[in-house]
Amino acid sequence: MQSMKVICPNGHLGFAPLKPGSFRLGVEMGPDIIAADSGSDDVGPVPLGSDTSTSPLAWQTQDLEAMLLAARERNVPMIIGSAGDTGANSRVDLYLKIIHELAAKHRLPRFKLGWFYSDVDREWLRAKIRSGDTVTGLDARAALDEAELDATDRIVAMAGVHPYIKLLDMGADVIIGGRSSDCAVFAAPAIRAGFPEALSYYLGKVLECASFCAEPYGGKETVLGEISHDDVKVTAMHPDQRCTVASVAGHAMYERSSPYYEYVAGGTLDMHECRYEQVGPKTTRVTGPRFIPIDRVRVKLEGSGKVGERYVGIAGVRDPYTIANIDRVIGWARAQVVERFGTSGYELHYTVYGRDGIMGSMEPLRDRPGHELCVVVQGVAATREMAEEVCMTGTRQMFYARLPDVKGTAGSVAFVLDEVMSASPAYRWTMNHTVGIDDPLELFPCHVAEAGQ
Amino acid sequence: MATRKLSELAKTIRSKNAGTDKITFDVIFRERDAYETVKRSGAISRAKMACLLNIDEARITDFVEYDEACAIKFTILRERPSGSAGDPDIFGSQQYAPLLDIEIPTV
Repeated sequence: MQSMKVICPNGHLGFAPLKPGSFRLGVEMGPDIIAADSGSDDVGPVPLGSDTSTSPLAWQTQDLEAMLLAARERNVPMIIGSAGDTGANSRVDLYLKIIHELAAKHRLPRFKLGWFYSDVDREWLRAKIRSGDTVTGLDARAALDEAELDATDRIVAMAGVHPYIKLLDMGADVIIGGRSSDCAVFAAPAIRAGFPEALSYYLGKVLECASFCAEPYGGKETVLGEISHDDVKVTAMHPDQRCTVASVAGHAMYERSSPYYEYVAGGTLDMHECRYEQVGPKTTRVTGPRFIPIDRVRVKLEGSGKVGERYVGIAGVRDPYTIANIDRVIGWARAQVVERFGTSGYELHYTVYGRDGIMGSMEPLRDRPGHELCVVVQGVAATREMAEEVCMTGTRQMFYARLPDVKGTAGSVAFVLDEVMSASPAYRWTMNHTVGIDDPLELFPCHVAEAGQ
Repeated sequence: MATRKLSELAKTIRSKNAGTDKITFDVIFRERDAYETVKRSGAISRAKMACLLNIDEARITDFVEYDEACAIKFTILRERPSGSAGDPDIFGSQQYAPLLDIEIPTV
């Protein structure tokens, strides 16, 4: 094979729908692979912890339908990574169900549906810790200990190319992946077809967010990547978008701490020596990436643990004296919560919009609040009843704050609702770690079944 | 000394999560001249960004002048992981605003 064409219509399948116009143009280019990633840890720890999707079922189904019909019609593989935002087992099963339903709806001829799971068993990880096989913390986190493990509700491991290659070897026409590195979804078929690893991972790196590597800015449009033994060429499919040297090189920066390195299970993509050339109005050619394989594969772990039930309250402030003393108002309300519940066993958070609501202590203008403030109060506790009371006390007691020189003695805050509202439970990211594995497929069981008729 | 605001010189100024524990900032220029001017001025450095954001310099994990893309990029450790209760910016997407008004000496 001299070259391979891969199209990606969506950088996070399900989060917002793909745009059909540029997808159609991409399909007309005759791709060998149609692929997209469907996951992100950007959405916070709640979906993984509570085993839900943040993306609506209708949008997930719509994009899977467009890709499935195009891939089956051309008889080329369709590959989806990190199913349903989190890539947890339940999300893989959800996507498998959607694919079966779509196959029935469109009476698709028989095809092979492959999938792998990524959930990690807590006891497997405990055994690792106990055997002294350190589960290393990333981004300044400490190594994983059993207390943090026990505080975790769900763990997924981030697969590299290995399970995708395995499933292609098993004859899968459609692959639904558990949690995996975005770029692995695209790199796997290229590596399996014999293209150099470095260019294959680069292909994945540049395609993973679809049209975010093009300009002008516009998401959810299809891009085409073509890999040869010497280069990767990336082309925008939308009539008004172009892949330029600036947009392609610039994309290497997106959502990562360094523009030069991409870490995957199996090694590191090094982009220091990448060369970018404009070779057509909408096409940029890339050469020179390197791949540094690792001896023992380490996979990244994501874990989410429940902190408690959560209620939210809202209070507004207009009196300039009260605004100047908002920390005392909050201090009063906090003290009432302490009087009722003590100092531990719950969380109480205040976000003061109009002063430093968005940036907190990093806000340079926090000593210059606006003429009105909105305070959002979050109460978190083990039970819904307690969370509600913590939040209610922390919100309503702002109304009764005792400021010495206040003129308005009939209420220190304004309520848009005289209630506190039930919100999603609070979760937190308990794991951002890596663990060593001896077999790169160890955590990622692969399966194939028939679909269609 | 003549100065211009960073927002007048840069095409893109943005912030976004880099994983669950970091936020990364990108300042991207359309013209190489503008990029070189800002780079030479030293107005965007580890120390100056730490000062602007009122954080310890050790919280800046990466600082890169990325010539290939005419961009300056730095990354900070979050105070708490994204989406923890009380985190007001789950995506880290609105943390760049103070960079807009940085005055850049142009001569």
